Amino acid sequence: MIEVRNIHYSVGSVKLIENVSFDVQPGELLAIIGANGAGKSTLLKLLCKEIATTEGEIYIRKHPIETYKLDALARFRAVLAQINTLSISFKVHELVMMGRYPHFVNKPREEDIAIVKTVMEDTGITSFANRDYNTLSGGEQQRVQLARVIAQIYDQPKGLLFLDEPTNGLDLLYQQQILSLARGLANRGYCVISILHDINFASRYSDKVMILKNGKRIAFGLPQEVITCENIHEAFNIQVRLFHDEEFKCPLVIPSMTLSEQTTIK
Amino acid sequence: MLSVCVGAVKISASELWYIVAHRAGLGTSVNFTSQQEAVLLNIRLPRVLLGAVVGAALAIAGSTLQGLFRNPLAEPGLIGISSGASLFAVMMIVLEHRYFSFITATLGYHALAIAAFIGACITTFAVYRLAVGNGKADITTLLLAGIAINALAGSFTGLLTYMATDDQLRNITFWTLGSLGGASWKTLTSILPFVAISLVVLPFFSKSLNALALGESQAGHMGINVNVLKRLIIVMATLGVGASVAISGMIGFVGLVIPHILRMAFSADHRLVIPGSALLGASVLVLADLVARTIFAPAELPIGILTAIIGAPIFIYIILIERRKRGGIH
Repeated sequence: MIEVRNIHYSVGSVKLIENVSFDVQPGELLAIIGANGAGKSTLLKLLCKEIATTEGEIYIRKHPIETYKLDALARFRAVLAQINTLSISFKVHELVMMGRYPHFVNKPREEDIAIVKTVMEDTGITSFANRDYNTLSGGEQQRVQLARVIAQIYDQPKGLLFLDEPTNGLDLLYQQQILSLARGLANRGYCVISILHDINFASRYSDKVMILKNGKRIAFGLPQEVITCENIHEAFNIQVRLFHDEEFKCPLVIPSMTLSEQTTIK
Repeated sequence: MLSVCVGAVKISASELWYIVAHRAGLGTSVNFTSQQEAVLLNIRLPRVLLGAVVGAALAIAGSTLQGLFRNPLAEPGLIGISSGASLFAVMMIVLEHRYFSFITATLGYHALAIAAFIGACITTFAVYRLAVGNGKADITTLLLAGIAINALAGSFTGLLTYMATDDQLRNITFWTLGSLGGASWKTLTSILPFVAISLVVLPFFSKSLNALALGESQAGHMGINVNVLKRLIIVMATLGVGASVAISGMIGFVGLVIPHILRMAFSADHRLVIPGSALLGASVLVLADLVARTIFAPAELPIGILTAIIGAPIFIYIILIERRKRGGIH
């Protein structure tokens, strides 16, 4: 579980994160949304201990984040970054096995090999397990990276999973697949935090939503409460309309046409 | 084995065995000359061992630096090791009798080697300090700092070369071309600790270097302390290569090409490439030295020439293979 209290982060005199607080319980999926440059990736870096807050506390599993060493964190916390490049040509299954690195010293154990096999099946990449990573399409590469990340914490009962825009570059089917995988992990007891661009995905798959604007938290809570026309307008500076449907617990968000668009298209 | 037997003084395999046996205390009939024994034990054997040790050190440093920089063109010279060693060696050769004769008086024969080693450490340290900010060494800055310091050291070396006498020029040239001729038990044991440290420690970073291929922050997410990794690798590489360059001068291409051969033939997994490079580097250099000292026997071809003559075509071959592989994808 993750608890963040009044954190600030500045680079020089520029405040990138200002007084942000929230918490994520085991079994919850938190979606973080916001305009480009709102500070979402910076917030994730703070949670990963890549950078340190200038003020405020972050608690992971009730201990301050400073008390954790990098390799201890890596055993129960996995991160899928926004951009993943590979400078050496590895095979897909070798790459997924790298997710287990924090758990073995030199040679993978029986459990590691079994976990890698299961995770590859779950993410549907077994069919190209022996191919060179660099020969795959963008979507396939993304799924391999996700498999690696899931393999890292597969056997942890209450692991942490951070996803930074995991649906980038994927078609609708795979976008849904990745988010259902993340949802499934949350249902199994993990804490999942995901930065998302699609507000509808955020509202459908998450338990809580947080909206960031210019480094500040402008909303945090259940999707139904947070996703309102006013909040979206404040965060993204666009007008939207909400559509209700019994199938979805939370209204869908559709950008509405601006006045100038209406006149030019007519 | 082959290398030990073949040379300007011929020693057959049986003679080799008898010499070893004799030395080991097992008395056997004497079937060799004392000259052969002397050559084998005091010249040939240390030379072969030196070749193995230097080859291993250069190749392992090359493979780890290629992993660290995530660039297949990386090699020990990039971070300033060779230019620093060169500069101090040339300084020693050119200015010695005027300013440094007291050093030679105290350190004797080893003055040149020690100077080269110190030079290597100084330039690498300069490169590293330039590149480190906030405890983090950015790879691009490291490369740029390497270029800058290499240029600076090179310019001073050039200046000294300009001031050199003909005799000194000859010394400089031969030092730059590299040679294992300085091998003796004394020189071997003097560099052995440095090289041994790098040979023993570097393979432990194989897994981390694999992870680093995913990216620095990704490696951090997997628990690897990337800054410590960078620091340790640079120090180990400098120790091994600095010591090697000090004794044998500049032997090029070994650090660059050997890891590529392994990657192409087997896999890019560092757990194979790093220890494999040490072994292959050792074998290749010993064989190269064998050719270097027999082809124009009893004169010796500087080994740096040989490694370049063999290394460059292999490198071109690698480039062509890679191009064909990439072309095939489209």
